Amino acid sequence: MKISEIAAVLNAEVYTVNHDENADIKSACSADLMSDVMAFSKENALLLTGLVNPQVIRTAEMMDMKAIIFVRGKKPQQAMIELAEEKRIALLATDFPLFEASGRLYQQGIRGHGY
Amino acid sequence: MGQVIIRDFEIPANDFTVAGEASSTVRKLLVQLGVAPDKIKRTAIAMYEAEINAVIHGHGGKAHVEISGDKITIVISDEGPGIEDLDLAMQEGYSTAPDSIREMGFGAGMGLPNMKKHADELDIRTEKGKGTVVTITVYF
Ligand SMILES: Nc1ncnc2c1ncn2[C@@H]1O[C@H](COP(=O)(O)OP(=O)(O)OP(=O)(O)O)[C@@H](O)[C@H]1O
Ligand SMILES: [Mg+2]
Repeated sequence: MKISEIAAVLNAEVYTVNHDENADIKSACSADLMSDVMAFSKENALLLTGLVNPQVIRTAEMMDMKAIIFVRGKKPQQAMIELAEEKRIALLATDFPLFEASGRLYQQGIRGHGY
Repeated sequence: MGQVIIRDFEIPANDFTVAGEASSTVRKLLVQLGVAPDKIKRTAIAMYEAEINAVIHGHGGKAHVEISGDKITIVISDEGPGIEDLDLAMQEGYSTAPDSIREMGFGAGMGLPNMKKHADELDIRTEKGKGTVVTITVYF
């Protein structure tokens, strides 16, 4: 799925412009603990999380992820948006909680790798 | 690549907004050098775990990085409290991180085992009350 398609499915706001809109996202990882993302996630292009801080963006960068979706109505701060722009990682925010947001993407064919 | 590339970084204590900056810079450098993506990812993950540990457990420290044609060596050192029982610390799930760190999304006790998994060589020298030196080597 394209980032814009994911945004449409989750009714999400997109905060970045300098990201890879052509990225074809096939897999995702949902977690609030970045330690677990580092230790368990494999080859996932998308991170869904309820945690909002700059380390979420750095973790996504180290894991070669293309996009982050903040769930439960959480919004990224300006400094985080700038950091994500610099790293070409898309930032999105949806009002859906983590389970619901993950389920909706699963229904669209997104899967998880690394369990 | 005949010559050795050397980079040094300061890792500020308890500054979560910049934690990971050194790893990010090294990752970008490896991309520029055309290193294989899976090697870059392994290096980035191992270094980032060590850098975060230096920030949250070691009161900040330094990173010294050397890249040659066939490998990267990363030395992350701090003058923090050291690790009392390294065998215990290497176990998955062992963590002394306070709640404030858990709220930041870290402190699951997965960092050291994860470093071991991704590094080709991992050497940890630590002394209680003196500090910790973590050396990570990844062969290209
Ligand atoms: N540089 C260090 N200085 C002092 N103690 C350390 C250092 N690095 C690790 N430790 C000790 O070893 C424990 C385990 O480290 P590890 O990286 O595996 O887990 P963590 O940092 O607590 O959590 P996570 O890495 O999953 O976020 C730490 O909780 C801490 O007690
Ligand atoms: Mg750690």
